[in-house]
Amino acid sequence: SRSDRSSQAKPASAMSSDSASTNELSPELRVIRSLKLYFYETFFFMKKMSFFFACKYLAKDVTYICPFIGALRGTLTVTNYRLFFKCMDRDQSLALDIPLGVVSRVEKIGGTSSRGEVSYGVVCKDMRNLQFAHRQPDDTLKKSIFEVLMKYAYPISNSLAFFAYDYEQIFPENGWKVFDALAESKRQGLPNESWRISKVNDHYELCDSYPSTLVVPVTIPDEDLRRIAAFRAKGRIPVLSWIHPETQATVVRCSQPMVGVNSKRCKEDEKLLQAIMDANAQSHKLFIFDARPSVNATANKMKGGGYESEDAYQNAELVFLDIHNIHVMRESLRKLKEVVYPNIEESHWLSNLESTHWLEHIKVILAGALRIADKVESGKTSVVVHCSDGWDRTAQLTSLAMLMLDSHYRTIRGFEVLVEKEWVSFGHRFQMRIGHGDKNHTDADRSPVFLQFIDCVWQMIRQFPTAFEFNEYFLITILDHLYSCLFGTFMCNSEQQRLKEELPKKTLSLWSYINSQLEEFTNPFYVNYSSHVLFPVVSMRHLELWVGYYIRWNPRMRPQEPVHQRYKELLAKRSELQKRVEELRREVANKAASLTSERAGSPTRSITPVQTFV
Amino acid sequence: MLSLGTGGGKASKASFVSYVTPEEIKSEKEPPKKNKHPELLPGEVVFCSANPILKFTQDDQSQRGVFGTLLCTNFRVAFVSDEEEDAAQHFKNRLYGEHDIPLMCVDSIYGGYDDKKKLITSGLVKNKSPNKMIIHCKDLRVFQFCLTFTKEEDARKIFQGIVHHCLEPKSLKCVFAFSYSNIPNPERWATTTFDSAEDWNQEMKRTRGWCKIVTGNENFELSQRLPQVFIVPKAVSEEDYAKFQGLGLPIWCWSHHTGCALFKASSVPMLQEDTVAQAYMERMLNDVAQNHLYSVKTEDLSETLPSIQEIQLAYTKFKQFFLIDNTTDFWMSDVKWFSSLENSGWLDIIRQYLQKAVEVVECLEAENTNVLIMEEDGTDLCCVISSLVQLMLDPYFRTLPGFQSLVQKEWVAGGHNFQDRCNHLHHKDKEQCQSPVFLLFLECVWQLLQQHGPGFQFSETYLTVLSDSVHVPVFSTFLFSSACQRVSSIRADSPQTQRGALSCPAVWDWSVQFDRKAQDFFINPLYAEKPVKVVKKSHRPKHQRQLSLPASAFKTPSKKSFFKEETDSLKKMLRLRRISRWMLSPDSPQPSTREFYEAWLRKPLDYHGLLLPCLSGPAIRLWVQRYLRWLPEVQVFGGGAMAVISRLSELLAQVQELKQQLEWKGHRQETNHRGVPAHLQPAVRHSSVFPFASSRNWSFRPVIPTNVFQSLLVPDSLADQDDEYTEVVSLV
Repeated sequence: SRSDRSSQAKPASAMSSDSASTNELSPELRVIRSLKLYFYETFFFMKKMSFFFACKYLAKDVTYICPFIGALRGTLTVTNYRLFFKCMDRDQSLALDIPLGVVSRVEKIGGTSSRGEVSYGVVCKDMRNLQFAHRQPDDTLKKSIFEVLMKYAYPISNSLAFFAYDYEQIFPENGWKVFDALAESKRQGLPNESWRISKVNDHYELCDSYPSTLVVPVTIPDEDLRRIAAFRAKGRIPVLSWIHPETQATVVRCSQPMVGVNSKRCKEDEKLLQAIMDANAQSHKLFIFDARPSVNATANKMKGGGYESEDAYQNAELVFLDIHNIHVMRESLRKLKEVVYPNIEESHWLSNLESTHWLEHIKVILAGALRIADKVESGKTSVVVHCSDGWDRTAQLTSLAMLMLDSHYRTIRGFEVLVEKEWVSFGHRFQMRIGHGDKNHTDADRSPVFLQFIDCVWQMIRQFPTAFEFNEYFLITILDHLYSCLFGTFMCNSEQQRLKEELPKKTLSLWSYINSQLEEFTNPFYVNYSSHVLFPVVSMRHLELWVGYYIRWNPRMRPQEPVHQRYKELLAKRSELQKRVEELRREVANKAASLTSERAGSPTRSITPVQTFV
Repeated sequence: MLSLGTGGGKASKASFVSYVTPEEIKSEKEPPKKNKHPELLPGEVVFCSANPILKFTQDDQSQRGVFGTLLCTNFRVAFVSDEEEDAAQHFKNRLYGEHDIPLMCVDSIYGGYDDKKKLITSGLVKNKSPNKMIIHCKDLRVFQFCLTFTKEEDARKIFQGIVHHCLEPKSLKCVFAFSYSNIPNPERWATTTFDSAEDWNQEMKRTRGWCKIVTGNENFELSQRLPQVFIVPKAVSEEDYAKFQGLGLPIWCWSHHTGCALFKASSVPMLQEDTVAQAYMERMLNDVAQNHLYSVKTEDLSETLPSIQEIQLAYTKFKQFFLIDNTTDFWMSDVKWFSSLENSGWLDIIRQYLQKAVEVVECLEAENTNVLIMEEDGTDLCCVISSLVQLMLDPYFRTLPGFQSLVQKEWVAGGHNFQDRCNHLHHKDKEQCQSPVFLLFLECVWQLLQQHGPGFQFSETYLTVLSDSVHVPVFSTFLFSSACQRVSSIRADSPQTQRGALSCPAVWDWSVQFDRKAQDFFINPLYAEKPVKVVKKSHRPKHQRQLSLPASAFKTPSKKSFFKEETDSLKKMLRLRRISRWMLSPDSPQPSTREFYEAWLRKPLDYHGLLLPCLSGPAIRLWVQRYLRWLPEVQVFGGGAMAVISRLSELLAQVQELKQQLEWKGHRQETNHRGVPAHLQPAVRHSSVFPFASSRNWSFRPVIPTNVFQSLLVPDSLADQDDEYTEVVSLV
């Protein structure tokens, strides 16, 4: 498993010394007796052929106050990648292994206890909080392990490099090659007679948050695109995301038009939207989906933004999808965490869940994507999707609609392409929304936008258990590494930044890891319905809280065997069955060839239960 | 345009104004009717019928529908469409069709007067007859019939006829089962009925119980409360059997492999200083304890669990969420869905019952005490708890024949009052006795099933069908109020004096309702069958249980241990203490169920050992299949749990078929590949409600919620904020 990967590495040599540090302790802490803190200078971790450096700090006699089991004593280790707590009590075999990337906040709780212990709370981005207590070193020059933790958890704030740059695991596959914009366009049949690939953003001059490869209508020259960029927020012009293979109806994304209070117009932008409509012979209409509530869209006019007026865009119909902004979503997730962690109030579970509005937001997002998919599939109409900047709600809507419309995105590699394309390359600000390595945990720009997308995907998996090649564990793994900073995939805010930082060269891709062990992430029930469109039901009756993710830290909610373990066994069972089928088929064929006799009546057949001795 | 007169019976002709006469509609729209009646069952008689009746299709508000004939027979309310029916139905019930409602299955009838709807409570409709009839069924179907196209007289007749036969009190003899005759089929899954001493004997052997069988109640001489055959602790003396007409007598349910056992009893009404009753109860407790040299735990379930009235109240609220007339109501109720669910209290009642069952399991499994559960009648809450306990502890009851035997043992032979709990006969004075206790049990089983799927041989479809079958007045299983009534009804009604001559089948004869193919849906393809051991001695289902939790794994602090000395002291204590007090306050604190559950959770899961439910809030879920199967808004087209089952079944069928082909090698040879049955092919996309409501033609368009977007109320301060104000400095 993932976490074992680097912990298998063994120190080749270790020398201990006391840590030296500045004196920032409060007066009362100075009296505290010494805690033995081992500081292993840098030493070698050896793993296969690769060597890399790691710093490792270790503190004994740390108490982990587990909200489910109680206080546990053990050893706490902090490296430049992870926090590792191993319980030393005999009858408990608990271990915590948490990448520092998930640490959102570390804070001292209260003063020193009568036993001379100081409590620290560690708030995590993955729906849990940890609490530790340990004795403060009496030598004021010694650094508490939690100060070490704070240093390495926030590489940005401490001018350190992310661990992703040091991670040197070798995978048989290179995940950076999963997505190639031109190849994906080609798969969709682009360019064609109506759509061309423009190089206007080759050096990110048109729009620094857009990818370099853009698909635009043939009839709109690059000159016009430059003018349109001035009219759309952050230069995010309408470009194609997806084209229907039969009807040529398209999903186009962009940011809000800068109409402002004076209802400014842009001839080229109007021409572009007309061209988008004209490219689809099936329909004489164009739907513009504005992801925001209409109130917010209107309020944006005061700041120069706004939405397309029906006067300026003659054949377009504007629909608001009422998805709330990042702040509302962040607050909703905060409430959800309160409801699920650490304990669930049994008798009021459902009303508490309802009061967080989390599933209601999920419902609204899915409903929006459903309306888009319906217009494209059933209405054969092209759609333009935007919100304010076109990198949060827009990404949610287009990627979910594409998931409903195109079965390719429901395969493992297809989903990776979808994430790379609609999220990573189109400039979802992962760095900012997650706050990688940044100690400023109250940053108002943080928001669980991508988490909501993955939650929506999970809701779809639940409703269509055979339509996706990947399983729940695949989604959980993506979310874990959204925060872990082990891979470069979700670092930085745009393609331009990623190239500047040379991420593909200096870091590894999450997809390298995933594609090297596909069997872990494969859904055993997958049936390739190649041309099927999925319309999920967006009623609360069918939406459910994703227990396997949000409540996975609660041991009472955990299945005895991890879900993916069961999946794996089922997969093995399936391939065994398939092998048997093949063998039997071959045998029958052999027999059929060697024998000639008339057929007999068909037998009655009954379904016997599968024997899954698991 | 049609308008109905106020015809209360007289002078209706003058007030009837219509631009289109019913005759005209008939002649225009109707093809020549030849098949006005449905295929009647043997013994089925048509009471009244009307044509043309418009049956609204449920899935929209456009008031579209199909024309046809509405009939009321002694078995059902039937609607026969004038249009051609979709013949390819995979899960057809042989007794009643998709548009038929067995009389017992009618839950309530509403009369629609223009845009108002009124609950009909009696057969005498005094005012004008309604132009619309809405029927809510106990299996949660909703039917809406428009009565304005038929003759007014016919409309009133059919309306009153249906109301009369569905809502008015009737005698047991009028139930269709007494008119129905059927040739019994060999059962596919052999079910122990527990009618005979032999069955009980086998069960005791299987569980290695040490009690004695009492056969002296063959003709209910001892007590009408007691079954014909029952088992009591060995120490109970004969004169005690009928001391309080069977009240207070501890009836054996099941023995744990460690020797301790579960007993149930009805409680003896105990007045103050009623020394006879107290002495009797004390003696009974002693008998339960002494016999096994174990300590006893006893609990009066009616004091700790929601009563049957509370169950009924919660379910009445709960079921309303699914009896939805139109799409607008559906989306309106979607907004506050979770809190509505919670407010009904139904899920919480399920949790409490499962919790109690786990407590009893803990006593048997971890503490090795005998358990005696009691309640007023001993046939409601006791049945739920004792069957759940056995289901968790004994893997045999998680097989399909085992489960059916369990229902026979605890509910049918155990004398659960199905008749009054379902109010089959619509007696007004029995209304407060009505309570879906058996459904509650099935709900709890479903919760276990969805948490530990591979542990169960039967599927959720089986449970859903079983819950529907309670309201099909054909089976003897769920018809009677007690074992005594069942036996005497059968005897009295039969021309022969032999038992069982009444030819109404047990529900377990599934071929009465479903063909073999449909019955395949009852089997859970994910069931982890026990690896077959080579040595097999008995042909009877062996009591194959494994000790999943060694008793030593538990700290049992301050618990009474199981030896004679201590039991003696227990006896002394019993003598000293007043029995009622002892029962009210068990001497040990509440079992630490949570600890027990967590200890179990840490063990590797054995699907053939003890299975415990997770009772945490998110783990208790809505039985989607049963409750949402008729609602068009929640159909997931191409999805649902059935998709997985189809996928598995497909692979299994392939293996099966190829195996068969191999068996015929040599002389016979199959050249044409007969693939998977069409209904299980993955290429055929089903909706999530498959196999129910399968023959309807659903639109391929998605259901777009209507009113959700305004519903979200969020703090303005947050909602008004911008996503970004400032240009962001690159942080990398």
